[in-house]
Amino acid sequence: MSVKNISITPGWEKYMTKEYQDLVERGPYGKQKKVSEMGSFKEVLEEHPMCAGCAMTLFIRLTMVGLPNPEHTVLIGTAGCGRLALTQTSIPFIYGNYGDTNAVASGLKRGLEVRFKDQAKDVVVMAGDGGLADIGFSAVMHSWFRKERFTTIMLDNEVYGNTGGQESGMTERGALLKMAPKGKMFEKMDMMGLAQTAGVAYIARLTPTNPTRVASVVRKAVMIAREVGPTFIQAYTSCNIEYAIPTPKVLDDAREIEAKRYGFTEIISDEAKAYLDSIDTSKKVKK
Amino acid sequence: MSDSAGVKDVTAEKPAETKEAVELTAGDRQKVVTPEYMFFEAPRERAFITGSEAAKEAIRRSNVDVAISYPITPQSETMQQVGSLWAEGYVKEYYRGEEEIGVMSAIAGSSRAGARSMTATAGPGLMRGMEVIASWPGGRIPAVLLIMCRVVNAPLAIQPDNVELAYLLNCGIILLHGENQQDFFDYTMKAFLISERPEITLPVAVAVDGFFVTHARGYVNLPSKDIKLPPRDPYAEAVPAMDNENPPARLSRDAPIQKSNFISYQVHASWQQEVWAANERARRYINKYMGGLIEVVNPDAEIMLIASGSAVSQSREAVRQAEEEHNTKVGLIKVRSIRPFPTPELRAACKHAKRIIVPEFNYMGWLHREIVTALYGHSKAEIFAGPRVYGGMSMPTEMILQTIFPEKKFIF
Repeated sequence: MSVKNISITPGWEKYMTKEYQDLVERGPYGKQKKVSEMGSFKEVLEEHPMCAGCAMTLFIRLTMVGLPNPEHTVLIGTAGCGRLALTQTSIPFIYGNYGDTNAVASGLKRGLEVRFKDQAKDVVVMAGDGGLADIGFSAVMHSWFRKERFTTIMLDNEVYGNTGGQESGMTERGALLKMAPKGKMFEKMDMMGLAQTAGVAYIARLTPTNPTRVASVVRKAVMIAREVGPTFIQAYTSCNIEYAIPTPKVLDDAREIEAKRYGFTEIISDEAKAYLDSIDTSKKVKK
Repeated sequence: MSDSAGVKDVTAEKPAETKEAVELTAGDRQKVVTPEYMFFEAPRERAFITGSEAAKEAIRRSNVDVAISYPITPQSETMQQVGSLWAEGYVKEYYRGEEEIGVMSAIAGSSRAGARSMTATAGPGLMRGMEVIASWPGGRIPAVLLIMCRVVNAPLAIQPDNVELAYLLNCGIILLHGENQQDFFDYTMKAFLISERPEITLPVAVAVDGFFVTHARGYVNLPSKDIKLPPRDPYAEAVPAMDNENPPARLSRDAPIQKSNFISYQVHASWQQEVWAANERARRYINKYMGGLIEVVNPDAEIMLIASGSAVSQSREAVRQAEEEHNTKVGLIKVRSIRPFPTPELRAACKHAKRIIVPEFNYMGWLHREIVTALYGHSKAEIFAGPRVYGGMSMPTEMILQTIFPEKKFIF
């Protein structure tokens, strides 16, 4: 789809909401947006019910800025907090069953490749740690082993936030949560290591403390997925409710966790590296 | 989907290649024909093949974009043969999925991409994929699911038993139950057309009884393999494809109805109503392409057998034996479509019936329950619950004859 498809029929401008007019005039379709342009249009179009100060919402907004080709992107999510904001973006969003994201994405990407020979269509999965590491684990691993060409972004708040604060596989050992009344008994799952084992082309771990970095990592991940193979971003997007982080301290917490155990890490395959070298990501992204 | 008659050259549909000439696949060389030509006019040749091979031949002629496989007995043979079709160039994309939840989810993905999509499963595989399959109708996913029925209960067995179809009755999927290899060929092709109609836009399951149909040979009349059905048009369906060529679809495929308020209740209620209304609208095409939801043999008989799947074949033979060996005309109603269920058709066909017998290949008798519900208050006939076999048993015609002639003694 191009900006032409969403353009307002002449004469109808005054009937469209400000958000929609901003999307057409200043939105990301047909032009690569920068983080500094955030606020000139709404990355998330409508009101969303995410909690005040939610780090995940910030991360999703930054992702929307980072997508290299939003007019040819389809998002996939599953149950969890993230989809409450993802459904409100200006990009088609598939909300399937529990933990099915990477299987749906596999079929979707292959189907789009059959239908659109001359137009790359980007598929991006955005789901929580429960959705990807627990219930969707098999589909995630197999999509990686099959080298499916799409991006998986884990919104890792280390808890089942949407269902009210239960332990997940990505919870830190010892954390006291619902369904872990004596504290979590085992280690946080090493999804980065598993991604490496499965041969994921680009793996990144980060927090939303550096907005430009988030946008750039997302851009790289989506482009490498298009040209080379599967990519994985594991993002710390704290749950300030379940972990009782005061709203004004959400980014302080992210900085603290980043320094302690969630430092920015990139693992890039040789093939992905060669691809990145072959393009200049500082310039406008090739469509 | 074109309704114009005749044969057209598929090569005309491909955009002119600007770069180097692309080699045509076997599928590219097939000619697209109208459904009417494929189903009713194309010359056919008789082949002696298994049900799995019949399914393969149907897929070869169905212009399939994406096929996703996962092995389970007795289905495996079908999807591995579809793999050969992909290798030969008749199917555009194919892979072996991780397990049935993955496969059924991937079908939801490829169908939403606008690609004509199919898979097949059996028994426990159907059960495993059930969460996803039950969500296809609400997602308005056009796709074809082939089912080769087998035991699902513990203790584990691979034998034919069609109890699994009972689990599909309440989810909104269109469910066709084939009697033999010819049905499996015909219903499968027709399923794609029904599934993708704009006023339907629902998944269609085509079931046959495992082994009896899948692994046994039967005569199948096949049109030429040089022709195929028209391609899917994902922009002429109830819900547009999720290919980002349309403005973002808001309703069916995202989550506004997840919010708990009166609007969400209303949305969900009307959505379910629309799924079932679409299911009912399939009647028109089942009538047009398949000759009706039921087939009636000896319509004036006072004793009527009602059956679906392999039980129809056994019933046909029992009808013949009753007439030739016992001088009694017995009627037979073959139920082709389980969803939509042929309620008005059965009421009309059973008006004169005094006894109705429902032979089934499962223990709990889901077809009997459906028939009792459909005929309640509309028939004075005694509706006999059985005979039934299950767990892999075959049904001797004597079992059916015993229920037709309770005063006689049959050995089986």
